Amino acid sequence: MSMTAEEWSIVMLSLQVSLAAIGGALPLAFALAWVLARLSFPGKILLDGLVHLPLVLPPVVIGWLLLIAFAPDGPGGRVLALFGASVLFRWTGAAIAAAVMALPLMVRAIRLSLEAVDPRLEAAARTLGAGRWRTFATITLPLAAPGVLAGAVLGFARSLGEFGATITFVSNIPEETRTLPLAIYAALQLPGGDSAVWRLAALAVALSLAALVASEALTRASGNGRGSHVL
Amino acid sequence: MSFDVDVTLRRGERTIACRFTAPAGITALVGPSGVGKSSVLEAVAGLLRPEAGRIAVGTAVLFDSAGGVNLPPEQRACGMVFQDLRLFPHMRVRDNLLYGQRLASPERRFLTLDEAAAFLDIAPLLGRRPRTLSGGEAQRVAIGRALLSGPRFLLMDEPLTALDDARREAIIAVIERIRAELALPILLVSHDRADVARLADQVVEMKAVPDQDGSASQSRRFRVTQVTPV
Repeated sequence: MSMTAEEWSIVMLSLQVSLAAIGGALPLAFALAWVLARLSFPGKILLDGLVHLPLVLPPVVIGWLLLIAFAPDGPGGRVLALFGASVLFRWTGAAIAAAVMALPLMVRAIRLSLEAVDPRLEAAARTLGAGRWRTFATITLPLAAPGVLAGAVLGFARSLGEFGATITFVSNIPEETRTLPLAIYAALQLPGGDSAVWRLAALAVALSLAALVASEALTRASGNGRGSHVL
Repeated sequence: MSFDVDVTLRRGERTIACRFTAPAGITALVGPSGVGKSSVLEAVAGLLRPEAGRIAVGTAVLFDSAGGVNLPPEQRACGMVFQDLRLFPHMRVRDNLLYGQRLASPERRFLTLDEAAAFLDIAPLLGRRPRTLSGGEAQRVAIGRALLSGPRFLLMDEPLTALDDARREAIIAVIERIRAELALPILLVSHDRADVARLADQVVEMKAVPDQDGSASQSRRFRVTQVTPV
């Protein structure tokens, strides 16, 4: 089974959208995970709930909210208009939809790994002369790294599969927003599209499986010897 | 160089009041378990902020509630050897040992890695991961890590527990050599009277005493501690 040029460009677009989504969401996910893991403040449960909303809301609602936010007269749209940019019906919009949908999974994985870092080790680093930032960079981050990596890959796999929010927000435009799931949906609408659906579905399985296996291999290779696993 | 401690600490429901002045050498902090010995050590290290009081070592004031002084742990130059050791699991022994040394200003360093490894007999362990070490090996690495950070004084929390007799002798010998050859003041927490009698130049005994308002047993408050020189 060899891929047609069109299928190849669909895969490349999916990877591009997912990588951009994870690249953008990872710092935000890490910051949110750190705040949720280490701080306590009034309204924390509300923040926790907001972060998790995309996990339980119908994706079409997320897509619709994004559409309102990034419409020309929406808050996000106005900010982007200052730079002469728009994400509507663009692949960047698909990346935003994927990032929002992947965020809760990433925050959960990273938060767990941060909570597993023993604060007593951080205290020990402080007595040895390391300030807060150095302690974070040399103790907290390396010990949490497998979880951060797992969160990134989980988010990546989730982004590859993102459908509902994307099609609502940026529609289903070939070469621009038609990622793998949207291409499968489009092929299903066509009479005689069965073979295309089979091939695209097989690609989706292969990509997702490859992402999960790669993350497990990376986690093992990091060799902290703490029995951390993604799978 | 002396320890000059006069602090009130709060841990949950308990109040720990502790006042002592100890000259150089090895000072043992003794008392029943739960009386707050480790908390006093943490306060000196800067990991626990006292309610009030003053902590000075030599001429350096580490904490003074009246003067608004509270140095963060990384500026106190204390070599803390924790009861649970706290070796960094993601670093080999060599990098654990060098962690504090790399951060210490050159004039504070008084040992090289090779000297410390010879002093503590841990040279063969440098490439190992902490989780592969025995209790005695890990204890010596923890002491080495503290010494290499160029401390002006040492804090040791139960350095002799969880060791068999042979290892215990080895660690006692190490502590005696630190006193003799490095002349570092040491504040040591121990519950073992025999070890204290052998090692300590002076003893600070912490006692649980009833609350002033008389509600003794319920309100688990502990008060003053006195210095009992041996």
